[in-house]
Amino acid sequence: MIVFTLLGFMCATVVGIIRIRDLFSVVMLTGMFSLLGAAIYVVMDAVDVAFTEAAVGAGVSTVLMLGTLALTSREEKTTGSSRAVSGGLIALVTGVILIYGTLDMPSYGDPQSPIHNHVVPRYINQSPNEVGLPNVVTSVLASYRGYDTLGETFVIFTAAIGVIAIIGRGRRRRKKPEDQTEADT
Amino acid sequence: MNLGELRFMRRKVILRVVSKFIIPFILLFGLYVQWHGDFGPGGGFQAGVIFASAIILYALIFGVEQTRKAIPAWVTRSGLSVGVLLYAGVGVATLLLGENFLNYNALANDPVNGQHLGILLVELGVGITVCCAMVTIFIAFAGRGHR
Repeated sequence: MIVFTLLGFMCATVVGIIRIRDLFSVVMLTGMFSLLGAAIYVVMDAVDVAFTEAAVGAGVSTVLMLGTLALTSREEKTTGSSRAVSGGLIALVTGVILIYGTLDMPSYGDPQSPIHNHVVPRYINQSPNEVGLPNVVTSVLASYRGYDTLGETFVIFTAAIGVIAIIGRGRRRRKKPEDQTEADT
Repeated sequence: MNLGELRFMRRKVILRVVSKFIIPFILLFGLYVQWHGDFGPGGGFQAGVIFASAIILYALIFGVEQTRKAIPAWVTRSGLSVGVLLYAGVGVATLLLGENFLNYNALANDPVNGQHLGILLVELGVGITVCCAMVTIFIAFAGRGHR
């Protein structure tokens, strides 16, 4: 019941995001959308995922969007009605295909679903002896799936390096006088 | 939000006082999430983001120049690589100790103690990299507005 209430709030937020032209409000609404998603994860007992969603989705990405707004415009450009119709059609078809795809998925919490019969019994039964941490999520993330987490860390590292390379310093443009005061990043 | 509003935010007394008051608590909570990730929800990734959000809040209220005085560019830049190197270094250390890459059993005499140490170090590496990445990206964006 509470999940459907939260999903209803999320849908209302999306309608707001679509209709509002003021991008500052849109950014705030996307932060709200992420926070509602985090609440749904809490209801589904995925507290680690909820934590990440609240911190990254609702927190940092909202601030980064605000930073982008400070560099660009605050108002959304209006698109022509023909493009709006075709875009809406594409979004609708994609949504229907995605819902069709979920029909084959096992129902939520089904103990017979493949994900609960592959490596999960081993993690739950053996991790107290092998790793000994109370939080199995951390055991899986940092020990059993250490390679994946190393890869994720490299992804974040690469993202920051990319941002530095593209908009970080601008050494070539430093000769222009208006870039003299550019903050050193 | 444009540049004028950003400057305006810096003059707000209530924002300055309240953020100065809560930033230490955010940092403390980030450290808690970092070191308590083995026992409860959280871990290096979440802790890095929370720690960075405190620094970003400081930068929003007090300005990028002021933040760069507290945390110079070389700190966040080297932190980016230190975190990744710490993570990969733990893997190389386990290789040198005769185990597979990132098999923490070799790090201590007891395999469970080795796992604890390995996870602690690896999560610390993730936290440092994530925190520095978030701060770097934010300041790269916000710093451009200060022309």
